[in-house]
Parts: sequence; structure tokens; C-alpha cells
Amino acid sequence: MASTYTPIATTTLGSAQASYTFSSISGSYTDIILVINGTASATIHCQLQFNSDTNTNYSNTYLLGNGSNALSARDTSLTAMYLDTNGFTVDQSMGVWSIMNYANTTTYKTMVGRYSSSTRSAEAIVGLWRSTAAINSIKVLTTSSTLATGTTLTLYGIAAA
Amino acid sequence: MTLIQSVTLASAQASISFTSIPATYTDLCVKLSVRCSDAATDRQMFMSFNGSGTSKSSRVLRGSGSAASSYTSTDMETGRVDGAGSTASTFSNIEIYIPNYAGSNNKSASSDGVTENNATSAFAELAALLWSNTAAITQVSFAVDGGTNFVQYSNAYLYGIKNS
Repeated sequence: MASTYTPIATTTLGSAQASYTFSSISGSYTDIILVINGTASATIHCQLQFNSDTNTNYSNTYLLGNGSNALSARDTSLTAMYLDTNGFTVDQSMGVWSIMNYANTTTYKTMVGRYSSSTRSAEAIVGLWRSTAAINSIKVLTTSSTLATGTTLTLYGIAAA
Repeated sequence: MTLIQSVTLASAQASISFTSIPATYTDLCVKLSVRCSDAATDRQMFMSFNGSGTSKSSRVLRGSGSAASSYTSTDMETGRVDGAGSTASTFSNIEIYIPNYAGSNNKSASSDGVTENNATSAFAELAALLWSNTAAITQVSFAVDGGTNFVQYSNAYLYGIKNS
């Protein structure tokens, strides 16, 4: 079987950080996949911003189970797209998020992903960035506090052919 | 994503295991198509690492077709498996992602599973899984609640993903 996940960039945080940016992302893939595995110094949310856009061009819809309730909600006109809505925390958490057709210049960009923390929630989340620009940088940021030392962030590319 | 091992059952079997998993990848992905012999419409499937029966937990989001619910477990519950009481020839599909399986942190994972069978009872489930153990994962095993067998033609594929 041909390898379908091509590594683009990866980092293991050497110190606690509130953000990390994947820059100079080439347009040579069809989709890109972000994988985060790690912990936080407190309960935080992770978010994305594309191409340094800090305007209110992001929105999310999510479905989550927190161990006692199942719920769904949405947020509009955000300055960053949520990757989770119930929090990375001191316990090991992970997520896999796909950004479809990220390099096209005619459509807005959609993200679909899964966030998992056995002490917080199982979540399915989708996001929209209302921009037709090709994505060439991805900033992962936290809503408060930091991602802890040892947290890994990896970006993979998937090519259609 | 590179195939490491695959299993297709030639006859009913109580468990499915991948052993001697090399540490040469960064993440693992398991894709299963499974059915069990229990008389019920479905039973829970459990995952274990390195044969360990302890330090496991889950947080599950379940849709039944009529309601959504969530619960916690002290096992790694990876999804329901179609049983003999469900529509014939229907196998559950379950996908599991395990990042940094060879690292020295506790091991988290996610699973997405379905038991759709064109009947009144079916589930779609998402689960957050944790094995609170820092050992590198060298074995991944699956079993059905109550010791029920996986039936013939159940299969599982283990893939490795490298970040460099």
C-alpha cells in the first residue's frame, strides 16, 4: 500500500507554549491533517487561525459527550476556530483534524475533526474559515494558559493522486 | 499510512490481536470490520494494550437513532459490535487512532464506530480512550463483552503513520 500520510512538519514542545505556527505550507497536497497529542497546564481550549487572519471569519459546530450529557452547539463570527470545546487538560488528550481542499482559491475552507480526552469529552467538531485564500500557515493557539512540554503537533499532507 | 499487519478470521475467535508491533512509526490507526456471535443485536468491544487489564478509561458519546447520550467507563470501550440478533451479513465498522504509541507518556486514543444494520436498533459512537501507562505499546488486542466470539470474516487492519 502506498503511504498516504506525508509528513509536512512536526514539533515536540520543549517548553510550555501558548501557540505554535506551521508556516510556509506548500499547496502540493489535496488535504492536510493536524494531529495533536499532549497535555496542558490547566484546562484550555485549542484553536486555529489560518494565514494570520485574526478577524471574525471563523465558525464552529460541535457534538460532544462529557460522560454525563450529550450536547451540540455552535459559535459564529469567531476570531479563531475551535479544535475542542471542552478542553485540553492535565491528562493526556489528543485530536485529529482534517482541513479539506486547503489550497484552492475559490471556496471557503472547512475543517472536520475529532477531539478525545477520557477525563473531559469525546467530541466531533467542524469549522469554517470564510476565506477563499489558499492556506499557507496554520497557527495553533490556546484560549488561556499553555500546552505543556512534551506535547506533539504534527501536520500531514494527503495527495489525491 | 503503511500497513503493518492484518487479520481476517477463518473461523470464530474470541479475540483479535496485533503483536510485536515495531516502534518505527509515530502513530497507529486500526480499522476493523467485525461481527460477534452473541444472540443480542450488539455487544461492546474492548481494547487493551500490551495485555494490560488495568488503568483504562473511556468517555463515550453515543447516538442510538432516537437519542444521544454520554457515559464513562473504566475500560477502553471502542464501540458496539453487531451480534447475531442484528441484520445478517452486517459487520460493524470501527476506526481507532493511537498517537505517540511508542512514547513515554500515558497513551490516549480515539475511536469512531457504527452498527448500522437497517433495523430499529443501531448505534453510532465516538469514544475518548486512555491507558494510564507510560510503556510503549507493542500489542493491541480486541475482545467482545462477555467473552463472545468474533465471527468468521471479521477483519482488522493495523496501519503505521510516521511524522518524518
